[in-house]
Amino acid sequence: MMDLLAGLGAAFGLLASGDGDLLQIVGLSLRVSVGATLVASLIGLPLGAWLAINRFAGRRMVIATLNALMGLPPVVVGLMVYVVFSRAGPLGVLGLLFTPTVMVVAQVIIITPLIASIAHQAIRELWADYHDLLISLNTTRLQRIRALLWDGRRALLTASLAGFGRAIGEVGAVMVVGGNIDHATRVLTTAIALETGKGNFAMALALGIVLIALALAVNLAVHALSRTERGSRW
Amino acid sequence: MVALEAVEIWRAGRRILGPLSLGLAADGVTILIGPNGSGKTSLLRALHGLERISGGRILWPGDAATLRARQAFVFQTPVLMRRSVVDCIAYPLILLGESRAAARAKAAAMAGGMGLGAALYRPASVLSGGERQKMALARALIRGPEVLFLDEPCANLDTTSTREIEALLSRARAGGTRIIMSTHDLGQARRLADDVVLLHEGAVIEQGDRRFFDGPATQAGCAFLNGELLS
Amino acid sequence: MRLSRFVASLAVAFWAQGAVAEDFKLAVTTSFDSSGLAEVLLPAIAADLGLRVQLLVVGTGQALELGEAGDVDAVLVHSKAAEEEFVAAGHATHRREIMYNDYVVIGPKADPAGAAAAGTAKDAFAAIARAEAPFVSRGDDSGTHKAELKLWKSAGIEPAGAWYSAVGQGMGAALNTAAGLDAYILSDRASWLTFGNKAGLVLLFQGDKALFNQYSYLPVNPAKHPHVKAVAAMRLEEWLTGPKAKALIDGYKIEGQTLFVFNAE
Repeated sequence: MMDLLAGLGAAFGLLASGDGDLLQIVGLSLRVSVGATLVASLIGLPLGAWLAINRFAGRRMVIATLNALMGLPPVVVGLMVYVVFSRAGPLGVLGLLFTPTVMVVAQVIIITPLIASIAHQAIRELWADYHDLLISLNTTRLQRIRALLWDGRRALLTASLAGFGRAIGEVGAVMVVGGNIDHATRVLTTAIALETGKGNFAMALALGIVLIALALAVNLAVHALSRTERGSRW
Repeated sequence: MVALEAVEIWRAGRRILGPLSLGLAADGVTILIGPNGSGKTSLLRALHGLERISGGRILWPGDAATLRARQAFVFQTPVLMRRSVVDCIAYPLILLGESRAAARAKAAAMAGGMGLGAALYRPASVLSGGERQKMALARALIRGPEVLFLDEPCANLDTTSTREIEALLSRARAGGTRIIMSTHDLGQARRLADDVVLLHEGAVIEQGDRRFFDGPATQAGCAFLNGELLS
Repeated sequence: MRLSRFVASLAVAFWAQGAVAEDFKLAVTTSFDSSGLAEVLLPAIAADLGLRVQLLVVGTGQALELGEAGDVDAVLVHSKAAEEEFVAAGHATHRREIMYNDYVVIGPKADPAGAAAAGTAKDAFAAIARAEAPFVSRGDDSGTHKAELKLWKSAGIEPAGAWYSAVGQGMGAALNTAAGLDAYILSDRASWLTFGNKAGLVLLFQGDKALFNQYSYLPVNPAKHPHVKAVAAMRLEEWLTGPKAKALIDGYKIEGQTLFVFNAE
């Protein structure tokens, strides 16, 4: 209990002081996770929509696999990305190991299935609603995808935000591929792991509270900007 | 205008419709009547190309590829898009490549003529049942289709809305649109029909013009008009 | 148009990598990092050599793996046998001794095994094994772990049983576990002094020469990995064995205690 209160106090202290190290860590956390969310959304949202409206042999298998991939343990993804990007590995020549870039790569792999799955589910329901109408109006496949993506944008936004939440909160992958290098690849989650390992629970809790606040702030900002809960029902 | 030759529809090993051979004239209002499960909805959807037929042919005049583009369908439960009323109505025009502004203007005019002007920029979901169906009708008519299909459009509506819809349909008919619709409401059938098709268990029992209502040609037709359950 | 251009330049500024002084990747052990000595050395290195040293803090085993794969430019560890093997295998050009610190035996205040009274480190370990008192081991192939195993071996004991827990984690995490279990543990002095959760643990035994711990610097072999920053590695080695480093290392204290002794030649 004392640790929790101490943590809260430390959190406010950290935030109020605008500590330079903290700002750098927060900035990097955002860079990596927002970047990963954008890339994963560019891949996952259209993929989910495409799967919802196209019928082909093995479709159910693909959807089941996609849903299963949501359960990929981040640390295992991190390990596999590490092996690939290590100098001893196939993409080692790129020299990307222990850089923010490879952290983004790992997180994209982790969250794309999540975003695609949620998008698929949302678009599938919408497609079931719109199906007869869109066929009756003689739409092309591209027109259908556009109508579904646009009308389903709120659910797609939820999908993206779910991906972001997963990304900013994971520690296994970024720890392994980033190396938690001070001033270079240290993000909030790896910093928390570090402080916990050192026995500095108050600091670790403070960072944890900052992380929660950050995740909430991003979500609130996105909802405010997209005016999700105002006026219209959809 | 349209000819059906030995059309059959099978679903899950059961025969829903057919074998059915039918010819429909080129104008006016054709009403499909018959008990539940007689195949009215399936026939309408098959005519519009929403259902695949298992056997036989449906022959329309003109270019088969652009067929559906020259037709429109109003469903029993209107399909609402997650958009404003005016955008819902304008959508078919935007599909054709019209600019958003031009499409919206036409949609607004159409909606105004149907009494939907007040709710134009609100989401379609705020409309009442009758208003929703009027919106669906506006959306269906906005491209000036040659053929308009309606599947029991007034089944869930009150008297006032039904009257309004029927007035709009009469107007469309007067404007030259071919209307093929189904209904449960014999009174509505009487009011609107130029010709009638009575279906039962996937087969055509009787087909005729308005005089059907004064004296059907078949025993089943008489029984149906009397409100009896057909065997 | 204006707005999208602004957003684009904001995105570029946000995501572009900043302009760099030269980056240098050095794999070090957790015990070195938790001593806090790096906070003193790194800024001086940056100022004097223009090198931005990026520390990858891992166990000795993983540090040497990183060096072998060429994922780092040099390695700073404390496990002589493993280092000599490393050089012999051609992964590093040579090893250069820099400084040493010492290990201490930590345990519960009550000291049920009587470790504090032992004459030598190996006797302390023998006492713990005899009493089957709870003992936490690093278990991660690190320098500290190897030193601990060496001590057991010299006492003629193979540690096994419910009392011996190998956690497979860094020094801080292992100390956490020991605090939670009220167990004995071998720790480097620096980690112990900077550890924030001592709970019921105290320092019980120190000073035996067997507990001295030599740190060496190994530059990764550029013949094997041409991409490593060999010149920077040489300059760093020169600095680490020079007078400025000597002053900083010998002068670094926690709670009035010197942690490292500079012994480069």
